[in-house]
Amino acid sequence: MSSKNGGTEIERLSGGDMLLRALQDSGVEYIFGYPGGSALHIYDAIFRQKKIQHILVRHEQGATHMADAYARSTGKIGVVLVTSGPGATNAITGIATAHMDSIPMIVISGQVPSPLIGTDAFQETDMIGISRPIVKHSFLVRQCSEIPGIVAKAFHIASSGRPGPVVIDVPKDTTDPVITAEYHFPKSVTMRSYSPPVRGSSGQIRKAAEILLESKRPVIYSGGGVIQGEASGALISLAKRMNFPVTNTLMGLGAYPGDDPQFLGMLGMHGTYEANMSMHRADVVLALGARFDDRVTNDPSLFCPDAKIIHVDVDPASISKIIKADVPIVGQVGNIVEELDSLIGQEIEKNPQRYNVENLSDWWTEIKSWKEAHGLDHALEVKPGASILPQMAIQTLYKVTKGEAFVTSDVGQHQMFAAQYYKFSKPRRWINSGGLGTMGFGLPAAMGVQVARPKDVVVCITGEGSFMMNMQELSTCLQYGLAIKIINLNNQALGMVKQWQDMQYAGRHSHSTYSDSLPDFKHLAEAFGHVGLKVETPDDLEPTLEYAFSDELRDRTVFVDIWIDPDEHVYPMAVKGGAMSDMYLSKETRS
Amino acid sequence: MRHIIAVLLENEAGALSRVVGLFAQRSYNIESLTVAPTEDSSLSRLTLTTIGDETIIEQIIKHLYRLVEVVRVINLSESEHIERELLLIKLRAEGQARSEIKRTCDIFRGQIVDVTANSYIIQLYGPGEKLDAFISAIGKATILEVVRSGVSGISRGDKVLTI
Ligand SMILES: Cc1ncc(C[n+]2csc(CCOP(=O)(O)OP(=O)(O)O)c2C)c(N)n1
Ligand SMILES: [Mg+2]
Repeated sequence: MSSKNGGTEIERLSGGDMLLRALQDSGVEYIFGYPGGSALHIYDAIFRQKKIQHILVRHEQGATHMADAYARSTGKIGVVLVTSGPGATNAITGIATAHMDSIPMIVISGQVPSPLIGTDAFQETDMIGISRPIVKHSFLVRQCSEIPGIVAKAFHIASSGRPGPVVIDVPKDTTDPVITAEYHFPKSVTMRSYSPPVRGSSGQIRKAAEILLESKRPVIYSGGGVIQGEASGALISLAKRMNFPVTNTLMGLGAYPGDDPQFLGMLGMHGTYEANMSMHRADVVLALGARFDDRVTNDPSLFCPDAKIIHVDVDPASISKIIKADVPIVGQVGNIVEELDSLIGQEIEKNPQRYNVENLSDWWTEIKSWKEAHGLDHALEVKPGASILPQMAIQTLYKVTKGEAFVTSDVGQHQMFAAQYYKFSKPRRWINSGGLGTMGFGLPAAMGVQVARPKDVVVCITGEGSFMMNMQELSTCLQYGLAIKIINLNNQALGMVKQWQDMQYAGRHSHSTYSDSLPDFKHLAEAFGHVGLKVETPDDLEPTLEYAFSDELRDRTVFVDIWIDPDEHVYPMAVKGGAMSDMYLSKETRS
Repeated sequence: MRHIIAVLLENEAGALSRVVGLFAQRSYNIESLTVAPTEDSSLSRLTLTTIGDETIIEQIIKHLYRLVEVVRVINLSESEHIERELLLIKLRAEGQARSEIKRTCDIFRGQIVDVTANSYIIQLYGPGEKLDAFISAIGKATILEVVRSGVSGISRGDKVLTI
């Protein structure tokens, strides 16, 4: 239906069609979802259009992680569609996961018809209420005509400033096919109550430049914000100009090339010895898009005792929340680092004697001595033997994939080994649930990445515990031909829990093992229509991985079940309540 | 330290619950909270009093700004301001107590707004401490019910909180 209005054609659409049209107009290519009563008008609208492809998952949590990883790997916004009640509540873990890691995502939830809201109707749940603490914002649609405007706002909010998930709760009556309204999609969105910062204060940037030029023991501590803010190039330029050491958070890996000599590795609870020592001894810490998470700082009162802190972040609330910043700079990290870099560049050009990269040679000597003493490679020398060490499995994977895979991970020891040993060379290639630590993230996340990047090699590094939390999605893999490769570091235990129990509870393994009841993963994968492989000896490791990534299996989903040494621990590990320099380095040694 | 924070926010369903939710979620305390639409009905003005040191107040303000519907926030306690709260108090007023209550009420410039044979309702406004003082001055009289509006506040002088 359409009517003429001042020469321009204005269409009348139902709410369901408006929603789809507005999503198309926002550039959406994929929706990850699962149908149900309250969402059926929307599903019918999906059926009647061609532009957006819907991926039918097997559990709504899977849809949220897929959309989340789709966003992480591309910088675009992931879109989820679920029905009311259980569909909405099943999406909650995924929304919280995206929220903690500041991932732009739109979750559209069906809702019971407006007149039934508040009556405890069938499959009614207060989605706006339940999701409130874990969203950036949320909308309840009151009438169909609001839908395009709400969608446009939701996309604007989700992707700007510090990104985050936005929920749109859509009562069924607002998508009724017989009720129509004029479709207007706003060309731009302005909201008087929402204007995220862009540029940093130039005075503050100048102050930061002065401090950096004077520094003797600087460290750049860069986080997920550098990836989200597309600031990797600026970071590399600044680090190279200054010859500064760089450490990345778990969320920030890939922002600085993992194989660069200036890279210290990850910092924090399972960070490298040299990264944590450098932070502890630094005189200046330049924190970029990082939030001084407790898994990084250890005891905040002992954190970086000698350092001036320069903290750049788009979210003012992250600054001085845990650690007081000496020079806070609020704005888009990319802009600010570029400005900082060019300011320093000009300064050095004007005044060449102001800065000499050789200034840092003592500092680099110290850092190299830490690396030589307790760098990551040492972990591997310790134990020759018959079993596969998880670290070696990751190193072999790195070699076989030439360091170019998109890698998702779950949560546990395997995640930390992956973060430590797979050297990410580019942003958006390491995808894991850092903030919430959601087991079950890895498999659907890999699928979301593969949807976004059908030609790239996508690997999910998982543990058997995490994998079993969302393994139903193997069925989705078959439906959409998602040829991801799943690397299961099978230690027959909730390894990370077991490690803590070894270290803090005298080895009492309370409910962290299940070795007698694990499925045969090879056959499990086969039952889902995929390729299952099993590796039990070090000698088989590389050939099996070569085969898994060979052209022959390029179009297949492959599950590689690698039986690793069940007693291995992740080291270094921060000593609870200590400074960043307090670490366990092996089962026997402490820093 | 007690702080009075004034917030202008979009007058939309759910906006208030986000503000309250924020305080609950981050374990900030709310001593009192008042909210009503302003002369521009698309905006609500909220005044809340909270207790916390400088760092906590700074965090509260930053987190309030993170809420998409919050337009502006100020900490009124940082500068000269006027603070008012309304008290409605129902007291048992019998025998000689009646005239004593009346006297105290006059001293505090309160008004008796409802009278029965054995009770008064007194209305009194002023800064929170004045209301506290009145309640303790009323002393022995039996308090039947106390209703306090919570603090409303505004900056003195030229400073204004608008969009
Ligand atoms: C949903 C969820 N439940 C519980 C935990 C706590 N937890 C963290 S690591 C871990 C063990 C993970 O086991 P597995 O996936 O096999 O990995 P491993 O540590 O053995 O490599 C558990 C239970 C969590 N992070 N997420
Ligand atoms: Mg395990």
